[in-house]
Amino acid sequence: MEKLLQYSFTGLSAGALYALVALGIVLIYRSTRVLNFAHGDVAMLSTFAAFALLSNGYGFPLALAGSLVVGAALGISFYLSVLARAQREGANLLGMVALTLGLALILQGVAVYIWGAEPVSLPFPISSTKTYRVGVVVVSQLALATMAAGIVGSLLLYLLVQKTRFGLAMRATSENLMAAQTLGIPTRLVLSVSWGVASALGVVAGIFLAPALLLDPFFMLDPFLKGFAAAVLGGLNSLPGAVVGALILGVAESLTGGYLTIQYKNTLAFIIIIVVLLVRPEGLLGKEFKERV
Amino acid sequence: MSALLQVSSIETLYFDRIYALFGVSLEVEEGGIFTVLGPNGAGKTTLLKTVAGLLKDQPKKGEIHFAGQRIDGWQPEAIARLGVVYVPEDRGLFRELTVEENLELGLWGRHDAGIAKDLAFVYEMFPILRERARQQAETLSGGEQQMLALGRAMLRRPRLLMLDEPSLGLAPRIAKSVYEALTAISKTGTTILLVEQNARLALGVAQRGAIFEAGRVVLEGNARELGDNADVREVYLGVGTTEEPAKEWRLYRKKRRW
Repeated sequence: MEKLLQYSFTGLSAGALYALVALGIVLIYRSTRVLNFAHGDVAMLSTFAAFALLSNGYGFPLALAGSLVVGAALGISFYLSVLARAQREGANLLGMVALTLGLALILQGVAVYIWGAEPVSLPFPISSTKTYRVGVVVVSQLALATMAAGIVGSLLLYLLVQKTRFGLAMRATSENLMAAQTLGIPTRLVLSVSWGVASALGVVAGIFLAPALLLDPFFMLDPFLKGFAAAVLGGLNSLPGAVVGALILGVAESLTGGYLTIQYKNTLAFIIIIVVLLVRPEGLLGKEFKERV
Repeated sequence: MSALLQVSSIETLYFDRIYALFGVSLEVEEGGIFTVLGPNGAGKTTLLKTVAGLLKDQPKKGEIHFAGQRIDGWQPEAIARLGVVYVPEDRGLFRELTVEENLELGLWGRHDAGIAKDLAFVYEMFPILRERARQQAETLSGGEQQMLALGRAMLRRPRLLMLDEPSLGLAPRIAKSVYEALTAISKTGTTILLVEQNARLALGVAQRGAIFEAGRVVLEGNARELGDNADVREVYLGVGTTEEPAKEWRLYRKKRRW
């Protein structure tokens, strides 16, 4: 029982990070129908930016803010200068997905060029070895902070999308672009903000993952795949689905690692996804976009 | 430059080679209802989309002036901000959002004092919308959806309201009440450009109109003249020229005079 709680908690804390990654993927998919394969690498480069700021003697809050700005700026400028243009020229969805793949490779190249491929460690103010005892569960400071980051990030996104006028415009634009345009909603601004917010969420995940993993130009590959899988599990166009999928994935992974063997950790998680998708192809909370016939 | 909307010999193409509009010219005067009639594929919807700026890089040729400003080639958002409101054939609702949220989006960009009054006007014209305020738009019936689309369009205080087949898919009685609403909207001073296949309904409310065929304007005039035109009566209203005995039933298609 104690073990079960312990594993579940560890899983939830990993799931919180997957949720941040998955939310970004879903937000971009919902608004522009593009699967952003560069999502992890935008976060990676921004985390390196935080690393650069920290190693130049700036404090952690400033480094965090700086990396968020870098991430959001990367997302927005990629959308405006490449994707929106490609869309205007009539590129199809597959072409645009390939563009994000290209961006991913470019960002990895840039990171290797500047910081090298050797792993470095991010001087992080929150310790992963300092632990607290909550009931029967032992939690590290880092795991707590990670969960807090996941909750705060998801909550802020929820407030933005559901409670503000701009969020209403975001939902409207993602559902029916043409109708939004005819209402005078600045759809290009709305879509680029979606890209910025999504990228920033990924950066938060990157920053909190970096102390657990080591920081190298490819460290976001695995978390990105997990976030993607979580998004598919929850339903690619559902924001709550992304969170649910991510938490399920995190806990399932952790339980497999604990009770079976650590080697099957990734395997079983993806087996669950395959099974769920066979039964519910639209994901747990997903709803296919309905087309009027 | 007296006309509110002036379309001068525009050509719109799909995929750069299929002509949808072939040198169309129209003038819509301020006030009243102008109707565009014609069969499927005549280019009626294309005309509205071209004016709204929804077709990229179109019109290929010709000019569109709205209230004295040349607007062809503008972004759709910019044209919308001038007060040109387009309600597409599928009504352009946000189906996953509630009725209330749809209306709120109609108020996008407005900060003036008249918002509450306009909302009250819409709810007064379509009381059913108040009842359904918290329902998702996709749960509404076809007629209610059309009312929501009209109400949302009204909140934008349109100078030119462009409607694409508002009677499509509606029961005759519902269609009639939608048309009564159009008359009421027109009385508030909004100019309406109405595309219809149901000529009888449209000519009943319009002051002027044009007949489209194969991407061209074949006839233009005031609604009464159009309604009296023998060809219009035969082709669109289905009356007249039925006196011939069955024996001499024409096997050829009567040549139209346009």
